[in-house]
Amino acid sequence: MRKVFGRPEAMADVPMHYCPGCTHGIIHRLIAEVIDELGVREKTVGISPVGCAVLAYDYFNCDFVEASHGRAPAVATGIKRTLPDSVVFCYQGDGDLASIGMAEIVHAATRGEKITVIFVNNAVYGMTGGQMAPTTLPGQRTTTSPRGRDVEGAGHPIRVAELLSTLSGVAYISRVSVTGPTNVIKAKRAVRRAFETQIEGKGFSLVEFLSTCPINWGMSPLEAMKWVDEKMSLYYPLGDYTQVQEVAGNA
Amino acid sequence: MGEKVLMKGNEAIAEAAILAGCRYFFGYPITPQNEIPEYMSRRMPEVGGVFLQAESEVAGSNMVYGAACAGARVMTTSSSPGISLMQEAISYMAGAELPCVLVNIVRGGPGLGGIQGSQADYFQATKGGGHGDYKLIVLAPASVQELMDLTITAFDLADVYRNPVMILGDAILGQMMEPVIPGKREDLDLPPKTWATTGAKNRPKNVITSLILDPAKLEQHNLNLKEKYEKIARNEVRYRTYMAEDSETLIVAYGTCARIAQAAIDMARERGLRVGLFRPITLWPFPYDALRQTAEDSLRVLTVEMSLGQMVEDVRLAILGTKPVHFYGRTGGMTPTPREILNEIERIVEEGI
Amino acid sequence: MHEEAIFAGFGGQGIMLMGQLLTYAGMMEGANVSWMPSYGPEMRGGTANCQVVISSKGVSSPLVTEPLSLVALNKPSLHKFAPWVAREGLIVYNSSLIEAPPERRDVRILGVPCNEVANELGDLRTANMVALGAYLAITKVVSFETVLDAMKMVLPERRHNLIPLNRQALSRGMEIASLWHSQDPGREIS
Repeated sequence: MRKVFGRPEAMADVPMHYCPGCTHGIIHRLIAEVIDELGVREKTVGISPVGCAVLAYDYFNCDFVEASHGRAPAVATGIKRTLPDSVVFCYQGDGDLASIGMAEIVHAATRGEKITVIFVNNAVYGMTGGQMAPTTLPGQRTTTSPRGRDVEGAGHPIRVAELLSTLSGVAYISRVSVTGPTNVIKAKRAVRRAFETQIEGKGFSLVEFLSTCPINWGMSPLEAMKWVDEKMSLYYPLGDYTQVQEVAGNA
Repeated sequence: MGEKVLMKGNEAIAEAAILAGCRYFFGYPITPQNEIPEYMSRRMPEVGGVFLQAESEVAGSNMVYGAACAGARVMTTSSSPGISLMQEAISYMAGAELPCVLVNIVRGGPGLGGIQGSQADYFQATKGGGHGDYKLIVLAPASVQELMDLTITAFDLADVYRNPVMILGDAILGQMMEPVIPGKREDLDLPPKTWATTGAKNRPKNVITSLILDPAKLEQHNLNLKEKYEKIARNEVRYRTYMAEDSETLIVAYGTCARIAQAAIDMARERGLRVGLFRPITLWPFPYDALRQTAEDSLRVLTVEMSLGQMVEDVRLAILGTKPVHFYGRTGGMTPTPREILNEIERIVEEGI
Repeated sequence: MHEEAIFAGFGGQGIMLMGQLLTYAGMMEGANVSWMPSYGPEMRGGTANCQVVISSKGVSSPLVTEPLSLVALNKPSLHKFAPWVAREGLIVYNSSLIEAPPERRDVRILGVPCNEVANELGDLRTANMVALGAYLAITKVVSFETVLDAMKMVLPERRHNLIPLNRQALSRGMEIASLWHSQDPGREIS
């Protein structure tokens, strides 16, 4: 009998702790499928963040390192520079990457580190219980913006894909979502291209996922998916953001 | 034995790391240790190694964490304010039991402080500057030759015990030049790094983390660490003495201060005063027993530091109230002169305290 | 043998080089040595100094707080370090830039017109070598030949063409000091 669906080898056979309607599970699976398809499981090292995905190392069946909050790109740099033939990916949330870890992600990108970053943006701090994230939308209510995010005081949300795409070391950046089969297929294509970019030694690659947090958003899983499509995707448009910057000249 | 060469302390550290097989250096410039990254940026490409100037000490120390995870002999160096920024990574590396070598060329503090030599980071280095129950092995060289030799030793200790090791120098040691005989890496039977995250080929996956959410398991992890620290304390205590055998006044000092104290002891001996020196080389593990025994026949102990009194607390723990423990220190980048120390010796001897 | 010396002057006068040459030469002659520089912002255009210990015993403190000798190439460093010099110690100062000799009666003092001599030799940058030569003639801490050997170690290869000129400057400094010595031994010199 032909097997049409199964657990990727790069996924561990353990139940996940993620909440109902959260898309971390789908994103994990897409990464594991790509690792399998590229045949790189035995030379892959993942780096998990501080945040909801802190235990990601339990769910992948490859070597994994747990980094401190925001430092995954620096840890990845240390690993990749030591093991240039390995495949190194960071899995980071919005607080981890776009707030406390902004310096590390910008510099890893501009150095053109040959690593892949999976950036999961759900516009809220999940693990700590629903506080405002650097990517929380204007007007969005969180436990630390109870009247809705007021950009006058709390500043504006950060568009990470656009921001990083201005840096010369970046080889591939894409923003995707997993709100339906079409988007899931596009998202997997982006993840695959990001890993291929790394393996081909072209430079830094990042895929930004617009993700859900039904619990902290106070929505049902279906409403959350709809909110990603109707609200988040407006502020954070899907698509590729890679602009290959030609080197202007040397000193 | 090689030919003697004249080297700056900072350069001796860098070359020692190369000699010890370190091929990965991540760091951020800060005075007074810039000769180390500069030397590494020149030298690493020559030996097929990696030098990377990080965007901050925070990032640099986490690159060290990554390279250590990958099984590398890796080092970072900095000075006081930069070392403060590394405390997060240091705690994580101690928790995850990762070998690495850290160098602190201490300058005056607190805050941005100054750039002259100081010993005011003793507490931070030996008592856990970061969070949690952990220990660094802390080595305190007192000459450029010792900077060379102890840096090589540091890499071995790190690998043997899977623990970060810190070289605690100061701006004077880092900047001064002295003749050095280049050291050699010892041929040790080191444990293979089967835990390293190098890719799960023909083995189950390796995970390196300091996260243990079950408090009972985290307690057990801490107890395992404690057992390791006790083993280190049994096996790795290092110290030197100078004219300590018949001393009535025993000076305790480390690093640069020990050198200055030695000059003061020579002056005191010329005046017929029986003064000796006890110099801890491992600040952690601190040589409590050896100091207690060395001081047994002394009437008094005088601790001299380039701080307002940090190591003196360990000296008191060693002496346990059996005799007076005095303190003399200069801080903020000032160094005690031999004459100042001599005056202090004469004062406590005359007063019979 | 035991020598503790401070070399001081403007940044750019080759102060560090003087100390390093002496230190290297001391090491080559089998003595224990240490060299400690000033560093940091004060080095950027301001005064520079280095402290050298050369001893047949071990070097205890690398910090020189009561120098047996001071070589001062400018006024601010003479003012700063002259009071530090041990009784019966030696001060060599650059009389081209310092009009008044230091007011110490308990030390030996020698003024050397380092800049004039260096200009005569055709390169002002050798003023430091003139001073070092004078210092060596009086203290005899290391030999002239060893200092020349040390020069090959300290100077980068591309600067080795300067060695003959530096040798001349050292010799002139030594001549000036030894002339003075033979005429007027044992008394204050200036």
